[in-house]
Amino acid sequence: MRLTCPLCGPRDRREFYYSGAAVALDRPGAEAPPEAWDDHLHNRDNPAGVTQDLWYHEQGCCSWLKVTRNTVTHEILAVETVGGDSTAGGVA
Amino acid sequence: MRIDGKGRIDRTRPVTFTFDGRAYAGYKGDTLASALIANDVRVVGRSFKYHRPRGILTAGSEEPNALVEIVGPANQTPNTRATVQELFEGLEARSQNRWPSLRFDALEVNDLAAPFLSAGFYYKTFMWPRRFWEGVYEPLIRRAAGLGSLSGRHDAGVYEKAWAHCDLLVIGAGPAGLMAALTAARVGADVILADESSEPGGRLLSDAAEIGDQPAADWVATVLAELASLPNLRLMTRTTVTGAYDDGTFGALERVGLHRRPRPNLPRECFWRIVAKRSVLTAGALERHIAFEDNDRPGVMLASALPAYMNRYGVVPGQRVTLFGNNDGLRGVARSLMAAGVTVAAIIDPREDAPEEPGVTVHKGAQVVRARGRMGLREITVRSGGREFRLETDCLGVSGGWNPTLHLTCHLNGRPRWSDELAAFVPVEGAVPGMLVAGAANGTFSNHGCLAAGAEAARASLAALGRVAGAVDLPQAEDAPYRIAPLWAVPGKGRAWLDFANDVTVKDVGLAAQEGFRSVEHMKRYTTQGMAPDQGKTSNVAALAVLADATGQAIAQTGTTTFRPPYTPVSIAAMGAGGRGEGFAPQRFLTSDQASRDRGAPMIEAGLWYRPGYFPKPGETTWREACDREVRMVRTAVGVTDVSTLGKIDIQGPDAGRFLDFVYTNMFSTLPVGKVRYGLMLREDGHVLDDGTCARLGPDHWLMTTTTAAAGLVMRHLDFVHQAFCAAWQVRFVSVTESWAQFAVAGPLARDLVASALGHAPDLPFMGCVPVTVQGVAGRLFRISFSGEEGYELAVPTRYGEALFRDLTARAETMGGGLYGMEALNVLRIEKGFITHAEIHGRTTAFDIGMEKMISGKKDCIGKAAAARPGLLGAAREQMVGLVPLTDTVLTAGAHLFAQGVELTRDHAAGYVTSVGYSPTLHSHLALGFLQNGRARHGETVRLVDRLRGVDVLCRVSDPVFHDPKGEKLRA
Ligand SMILES: [Zn+2]
Repeated sequence: MRLTCPLCGPRDRREFYYSGAAVALDRPGAEAPPEAWDDHLHNRDNPAGVTQDLWYHEQGCCSWLKVTRNTVTHEILAVETVGGDSTAGGVA
Repeated sequence: MRIDGKGRIDRTRPVTFTFDGRAYAGYKGDTLASALIANDVRVVGRSFKYHRPRGILTAGSEEPNALVEIVGPANQTPNTRATVQELFEGLEARSQNRWPSLRFDALEVNDLAAPFLSAGFYYKTFMWPRRFWEGVYEPLIRRAAGLGSLSGRHDAGVYEKAWAHCDLLVIGAGPAGLMAALTAARVGADVILADESSEPGGRLLSDAAEIGDQPAADWVATVLAELASLPNLRLMTRTTVTGAYDDGTFGALERVGLHRRPRPNLPRECFWRIVAKRSVLTAGALERHIAFEDNDRPGVMLASALPAYMNRYGVVPGQRVTLFGNNDGLRGVARSLMAAGVTVAAIIDPREDAPEEPGVTVHKGAQVVRARGRMGLREITVRSGGREFRLETDCLGVSGGWNPTLHLTCHLNGRPRWSDELAAFVPVEGAVPGMLVAGAANGTFSNHGCLAAGAEAARASLAALGRVAGAVDLPQAEDAPYRIAPLWAVPGKGRAWLDFANDVTVKDVGLAAQEGFRSVEHMKRYTTQGMAPDQGKTSNVAALAVLADATGQAIAQTGTTTFRPPYTPVSIAAMGAGGRGEGFAPQRFLTSDQASRDRGAPMIEAGLWYRPGYFPKPGETTWREACDREVRMVRTAVGVTDVSTLGKIDIQGPDAGRFLDFVYTNMFSTLPVGKVRYGLMLREDGHVLDDGTCARLGPDHWLMTTTTAAAGLVMRHLDFVHQAFCAAWQVRFVSVTESWAQFAVAGPLARDLVASALGHAPDLPFMGCVPVTVQGVAGRLFRISFSGEEGYELAVPTRYGEALFRDLTARAETMGGGLYGMEALNVLRIEKGFITHAEIHGRTTAFDIGMEKMISGKKDCIGKAAAARPGLLGAAREQMVGLVPLTDTVLTAGAHLFAQGVELTRDHAAGYVTSVGYSPTLHSHLALGFLQNGRARHGETVRLVDRLRGVDVLCRVSDPVFHDPKGEKLRA
């Protein structure tokens, strides 16, 4: 598997640290009800198809990346830094 | 037998080798298989289950029979295919799966017992009585099963792994692959051409074909000369592409040194990971066998192997050859053999309309029904027009047709398609993104077709990369159509073999169908068809066809053969190259490492770091004596220890304080410059992530320390919080762990020691920090303590670390102090109730460790919301406590805690022990642990039980701070 880091270019997956669903980016407010926190922290979909998850370019630029990919076809649809700056398509 | 004037071996360079202890001669360029054929060795192994004598079947990596052990000085490699192993001087090979010898094998009795050993025998027979399984059946089966053996010693061989990148990877250097590589390389594309063999050319080296007006081998040489002149082409011979993975990544195994005499530092194999923008699969095709009675006799071979052995190695496996097959390809084989003077006695062709061949008797509408010759073929029985006759022959070449080598197209879940025209599976388009399949691998069998398809595949691949490849002139080549009439198994009563490697017969497949294993996947598992090292390369399709016949379905409806990586066996040693012994993980050494080792300190691994355990003194015989002394030294005088392994993160910017408030539970933005604060960090789910101190060095400048264990974790966490939630804040941070060497100085005389080193009294309040000059070097001084004594930490740039360490040690020793190691450090912190990751192990909350008040109510922070949720607070939680045994007993971490009087079952466990040590200060063993509602139970007695290590002792529950609970020494 290869990911195209928006800053570093196409790299092997071994350079990245995987960290689960991109839901982690949508942090509820401090006053949000427990159910919202429960969903945010613990409840995850397991889609056969398009999913978004977080990867950390630990052996590269240390960017956290939101990767949109297809769990069935293994296609990488988009890689973007969690703060923005997307590159469409994961493979050069 | 060797044939004069044939073969690509170097007859000026004879090579001697041994097989089963006997010496033989061959030539450079031989494989072990060709050299054995040259020496008329017919039986090379025993079959897996029935121990039947077996000979060489093929001339390639698909070989199911000729598996041998190669014995080297550093290793013993089982299941090596003799057809792949190249000869070198002194090669030592042994046959497998026989006892006591290849000619006489005691377990050949299995062959007589064959009626009882059919498919599913093990499943049916060894089921009961149940208690017999471990004691009787399994050892019995283990002894009888398996092929090669291991030496039982470590493989001391050298292996490598490497990466390569290219525009176009061409897999296989036969006619299609050579043409593809040439077409792409001529226009400057970065091309890798990988081929399994020692010499590129594929079947062009084996057949006596012509390309253009020259022998095919000469055309290959011309192409190779041009490719060698192109710097953008890399030719990788002896390299099998073994797997296709996502996004253009391929695995490939290169036989670097297996064909040479072993010598130190010569790598045996290299496992490549090749990243290709595009790929072309030109892996050719594999011939398949036909099942008939005793078709496994030594001397029965695949027909295509005969010209391969003759034209590449100058050997023929018989003097009177017969050929049996259902396609036109046999005519070329016959012509090739006869041209070299080999007698071809007959062609047996089941097709009534089979073509004639001048100079050979062709038996049309005929089938070979039986082979005879246990240790080597003597004759075959042919059935033709309702009558049977015998033919004397010592070598039978069989061709049941060809299977495109499409294995790689299945690795990403591609399912091949059945072609009635070819009677074979062919790859489907787009099975591997970016890969095109060309030539025989795609079902195009003529030389002309392969050359044209290879060139076209390269052009299309380059076009997809936005490059234009010019037209390449196609040389004239044979373009005969491929005609075949399917024949999988000749009807008959005797046993007819499909899978030679796993001893699966036509009857076994029929039996599987009869017993309900009608799906191909069930049949495979029941019969073990295709599960041997060769993965059924020559037998899977025939077995599928036999199953289709047994179940009355068409082949296309019965299922498909599919393949997973690797294409051929890959040694784990190659995939894991470099990862053995010290290569398993990087090693991080402190600046004080040598100084510590000089003093005899045994080093302890702490993550990747190596830290001194203790510093033994003369006369001390146990680590405990040294540890107790070091603890007493710190409590009564002064000790020095290296704490550089703690993570150090330099944080700067106007929003740094705000950022720290967000990642720590407690408030940092209000901390004055020149002060240090202890901080607690949570994960978003409310559990403790890490703890440490953070110093404010300037208005916008902070230095965070983390635990040794969590340094990387915290850095990753800070990056996430910053980039995901507050990227706009003006704050930046970087790890400076390896930029600073930092030493703790602790004990009642710590201040004197620091004063001596600095040349002036430190005059620093508890939790203060200040820039200092240490003997001319700019450093930092912190007044913090992990021991409970007055403590300082002195930091200097790494390059001064060793000098400062030696200096502080010398000064401490003149004051009655000295060095202390990890063991004493651990006891000191347990006495003081300080936590490490033994306590904050990922399942404990701030509440559990008694720090819930550190979660500031004035601000939000990571983990705050979750930390307050039901279930993470309250009496039901296991809370941190101290434990003191009522009798002098060594305690163990991992022990469980029970209320007195309850039954010792898991549901009664009320807690567990995390840290233990002997306290020379309190003259008692101590422990830290977690106990349900523990803070309300100080003074109670609980039972500490460790059944693994036989500990069962009553303990008094106490506050976790055993030593100086008010912290008077710290603040002195
Ligand atoms: Zn990057």
